[in-house]
Amino acid sequence: MEAIYGGVLIGVAATMMLLFNGRVTGISGIVGGLLNPVSKDKSWRILFLLGLLVGGFFLRFFHPVSFVTVSNAWRIDYMIAGFFVGFGTLLGNGCTSGHGVCGISRFSFRSIISTIIFILSGILSVVFFKLIRGYL
Amino acid sequence: MKGFIALISGINFALGLGYSGMTQVHIVRGFLDVFGIWDWRLMGVMIGAIGVHAITYPLIRKRKSPLLAPDFHLPTKNEIDKRLILGAVIFGLGWGWAGICPGPGIVSLASGNPSFIYFIVSMLLGMKFFQFMDNKFTRSK
Repeated sequence: MEAIYGGVLIGVAATMMLLFNGRVTGISGIVGGLLNPVSKDKSWRILFLLGLLVGGFFLRFFHPVSFVTVSNAWRIDYMIAGFFVGFGTLLGNGCTSGHGVCGISRFSFRSIISTIIFILSGILSVVFFKLIRGYL
Repeated sequence: MKGFIALISGINFALGLGYSGMTQVHIVRGFLDVFGIWDWRLMGVMIGAIGVHAITYPLIRKRKSPLLAPDFHLPTKNEIDKRLILGAVIFGLGWGWAGICPGPGIVSLASGNPSFIYFIVSMLLGMKFFQFMDNKFTRSK
């Protein structure tokens, strides 16, 4: 049930951003806009990301199970995977939050297609690595 | 004020991700591991988040403008193009590989675990690389 409650919090966060600021809560888009030298509206993006970090510190101190230890052996994997995630989310205009949550809530056809594809692709990736590693 | 809303929304978003288990890579990868012991939690998060936002979205759009800004900034594209498909494929591969997407990756920086710094720095490089390629090959034509 925590999953659904947590999801509700995310839905509330997305609602606040749209109702007050008129913005879609898509994390990759918010970060991408910050990296783009042409975009002028950087302050709300910085503050949103700062909010994610502040929330992260709350979790660290009040809900430490949120952060399980990750083996150092994964670092190279994380570096390559991170590059894929950065490149793919900007090319495809969104990630789990922008397409998966905000887009599907608008019944956007593009977002529904994107979400189906990245879930299938994610399944393929997990199944592949499970096969070659022998564990999840 | 807009910045304050963004900050509060960001905190809310992070708490939602943390309480629902989305900052734990094994839960995310467990959802994608459909042939193993399937973990339903990522779907639960989507149901909770979409359940709220799908109700509030049409109500908000009845307004002419947001409360603190002149206009709504919403995507206008409708067509399914190669970029959307290829982007989702590449993102999905990385997402399944690490079990991290951009939101939980940034929230996890607060854990102090250096692995997430590696992930986020690479993600930023991937984004910069995309913007560089996009400027070079798309915008110039």
